[in-house]
Amino acid sequence: MESLTFRHTTTTPSPGSTPRAITGVVASGNLEVLLERVLAPDACEVTIETPVRGYGDVWEAVVADFVARGPAGGLRISINDGGARPDAVALRLAQGARLMEA
Amino acid sequence: MADWSRQRTSRDARIAAGRARAEGKVVAAGDVVALLEAVLRPGDRVCLEGDNQKQADGLARALAACDPGTIHDLHMVQSGIVLPEHLDVFETGIARRLDYSYSGPQGARIARMLYAGQIELGAVHTYLELFARYFVDLTPNVALIAGVCADRDGNLYTGPNTEDTPTVVEATHFKNGVVIAQVNRIVDRVPRVDIPGDRIDFVVEADRPFYVEPLFTRDPAAVTETQILIAMMALKGIYAEYGIRRLNHGIGFGTAAIELLLPTYGERLGLKGKVATHWALNPHPTLIPAIEAGFVEQIHCFGSEVGMDRYIRERPDVFFTGADGSLRSNRALCQTAGLYACDMFIGATLQIDLAGHSSTVTQSRVAGFGGAPNMGSDPHGRRHPSDTWLKAGREAGGAGDPALMRGRKLVVQLVETFGEGLVPTFVERLDAMELARKIGLELAPVMIYGDDVTHIVTEEGIANLLLCRDADEREQAIRGVAGYTEVGRGRDRAKVEALRARKIIRRPEDLGIEPLDADRSLLAARSIKDLVHWSGGLYEPPAKFRNW
Amino acid sequence: MTTVSEPDALSWYEATARQRVAAFLDAGSFEEFVGPSERAMSPHLTLFDLPRAFDDGIVVGRGRLDGRPVSIAAQEGRFMGGAFGEVHGAKLVGLLRAALDAKPAAVLILFDTGGVRLQEANAGETAIAETMRAIVDVRGAGVPVIGLIGGRAGAFGGGGLIAATCSRLAVSEGGRISVSGPEVIETNKGAEEFDSRDRALVWRTMGGKHRRLIGGADAYAEDTVSAFRRAALALIDAAPPFDLATLEAEQERLERRVARFGDCRDATEIWARLGVNDPDAVPAMTTDTFDETVARIPEASHDAR
Repeated sequence: MESLTFRHTTTTPSPGSTPRAITGVVASGNLEVLLERVLAPDACEVTIETPVRGYGDVWEAVVADFVARGPAGGLRISINDGGARPDAVALRLAQGARLMEA
Repeated sequence: MADWSRQRTSRDARIAAGRARAEGKVVAAGDVVALLEAVLRPGDRVCLEGDNQKQADGLARALAACDPGTIHDLHMVQSGIVLPEHLDVFETGIARRLDYSYSGPQGARIARMLYAGQIELGAVHTYLELFARYFVDLTPNVALIAGVCADRDGNLYTGPNTEDTPTVVEATHFKNGVVIAQVNRIVDRVPRVDIPGDRIDFVVEADRPFYVEPLFTRDPAAVTETQILIAMMALKGIYAEYGIRRLNHGIGFGTAAIELLLPTYGERLGLKGKVATHWALNPHPTLIPAIEAGFVEQIHCFGSEVGMDRYIRERPDVFFTGADGSLRSNRALCQTAGLYACDMFIGATLQIDLAGHSSTVTQSRVAGFGGAPNMGSDPHGRRHPSDTWLKAGREAGGAGDPALMRGRKLVVQLVETFGEGLVPTFVERLDAMELARKIGLELAPVMIYGDDVTHIVTEEGIANLLLCRDADEREQAIRGVAGYTEVGRGRDRAKVEALRARKIIRRPEDLGIEPLDADRSLLAARSIKDLVHWSGGLYEPPAKFRNW
Repeated sequence: MTTVSEPDALSWYEATARQRVAAFLDAGSFEEFVGPSERAMSPHLTLFDLPRAFDDGIVVGRGRLDGRPVSIAAQEGRFMGGAFGEVHGAKLVGLLRAALDAKPAAVLILFDTGGVRLQEANAGETAIAETMRAIVDVRGAGVPVIGLIGGRAGAFGGGGLIAATCSRLAVSEGGRISVSGPEVIETNKGAEEFDSRDRALVWRTMGGKHRRLIGGADAYAEDTVSAFRRAALALIDAAPPFDLATLEAEQERLERRVARFGDCRDATEIWARLGVNDPDAVPAMTTDTFDETVARIPEASHDAR
């Protein structure tokens, strides 16, 4: 298993007060994303556990784009990856962010 | 004195030799090998009907069982390399040279055999090209074809899967060739005459019905959210935008998703009667909901599809059917329809490079071309206008008098940025180039050339290549929808944003589409069973798609 | 999508375990135990380089069903085939034992499992045994245990055994209930005996319609969350008392089943003997037609388990 962690400073905090949300399932081509509102409002941390080694820079790019698009401030995001493609990752992150705003 | 009848004399001799094995035209299944050894000559050009779907499999087995000492060095000219026997004959020396079009199911083995020099390759063609050459320089001496049934005079019923047969027989029979047909059964009277008996020399009642591959069935249960998102963008950003009425869908889950969205998302966009009304298409089961919902006026088919016969019989206002009620398909004519009578081709591919060239070749598999390059090309010979064709032509630009402008057919590549196993679709150099080098081809097997492609749709957006004015803009437009592949990450962000401002790149949100709304509940049918319900029980899926 | 869709439109088969629970219970009433934030994950899977799930593939908690308090467990069939691992099994056992104190109107188990997780076989088997014991205790305390089966993994292996200990079962067409899976039967008995690739055969033998007809399941639901909800509510009210009389009635019912159908070679023979008019038509029947067919069969309704 490969473990990756990305820490970002954000400009916009995730609005609302939903404490946590989860989306997705750990299965082939899929992933689960757990979001917890536990960090300072200008911080976002994304941790990934993945069985597919060697795609660190792709994860970094996907996460960076997600954080830049926001709003992700205050969120600790934990991912269990089942071998998902980057577009599925981006979709789940976007789903998760939306759930946290609800 | 010059002899102007050598081919005819040879033909008469072959037929006489064959008659020794026959009762009139009818040959027993057990005598087929002997028949072939009597009729064939070494070095013959032979068309063994390996169509896209139907296979003269009994005759293929018989050919493979011939004595290579008697029958050898044949030049095989056939659409499809599908059955193992199609390649077995090269291993035993029965065949030496090959001209063909499509080899999907045998892609890995044919690649190995080409690389090992076991096959002398003439060329890989498109269907129409190969059919065309049947009439010029690749005319078969002997055609081994498949039909549903025949009478004792040789009148042949080819039924729903008529496919290539009339074309093959036309070229072979009328140029002194011999035609041998395998049929499922010999009857007193055929339901309709697809091939008149005087073009058929021998008929064999095969030991089992000819094989048909269910190639065009896609299970709605396997359609993913990403494919639905791409389909939504295509419907809104291309079908609606250009008013596409006449079209062809390449087979794949991407186009299946579009078909399944017509009655729901397409209806919501107000597209019924405005798009996707006239089709050159095989009878895709996934199109059933759109047909039932009233979107479709007419479909011409290349072949049939397993399980669709009863449904087609009950929809004669939509499909081409004969006096017997069953489908009449014709690959050559449907390919021509797709080329000239359609305003858009849309389909998937495995690899796209920075110029927009696409290919389904990988380093270990050779799939051939099939029909995609003809459908997926701009036919310069076209003259009749349509609004879609003119709009695309204007986007392609060009100076001078508008009355001298060329219209453009839309050729759309519908792809996910990553394919199976995290393999990127977008690459700097096609695997096809490496394969060409390895097996000594003059040209890399490109499926669709970049200058024919008008749009690329991925989950990241739509790239409109018509509006690109130079190679750099084209490259950045492609990178701008190539997602997180290395090609995509290598984009010039400033240039891509500029292209987006000019609407050369449109993202889902530019089209008013929220990616999170791409949900399977949008599909008109979510399972094979749903398709059966939509068809009122008329669609009869093959066993592998059913749990009942 | 994880927002709650319309229960009427939400396919049980397509939904995740979380989506099923959220749409099944009264809106907003669900309170999860040992949720993902607590990260009670498998202690074994990383040894095999396999990804873990924050909830180890089972959602447990309590909520309300039509206002009544219930305990609920839902297996995620897409994670490791919904199979029982150490934590997964412990959550289910814990939920059942807690129900002895909480005394809800019912415990609902939303099965979606292939059985034991091979990577955690001992712990999984133990959990299955403990679950069956716990169900007996819960039923003995007067709380019905209702099993709902309609996911892609079905209820196989130990899951099939657990299902058989429930008070009542609801099943949909896509659901399957068995102990040995199709591949296991084929490997052990040969393809002539059972061709595991013959999907129609698999569903005739283990699928929801057959289970309903032969009395192996007590309610048949359309593939929607709302249909399963209606079925569950009706089954809670119809659950039998857990006493000697019930068990003896069940024993007799099962003995009669073996005596009557034991020599049948295929489910269609069984259905014919049950009195179904056109047994071959059963697999393709719509829900309405199937419900009518079931209504005419005495064996399909009973007072046992």
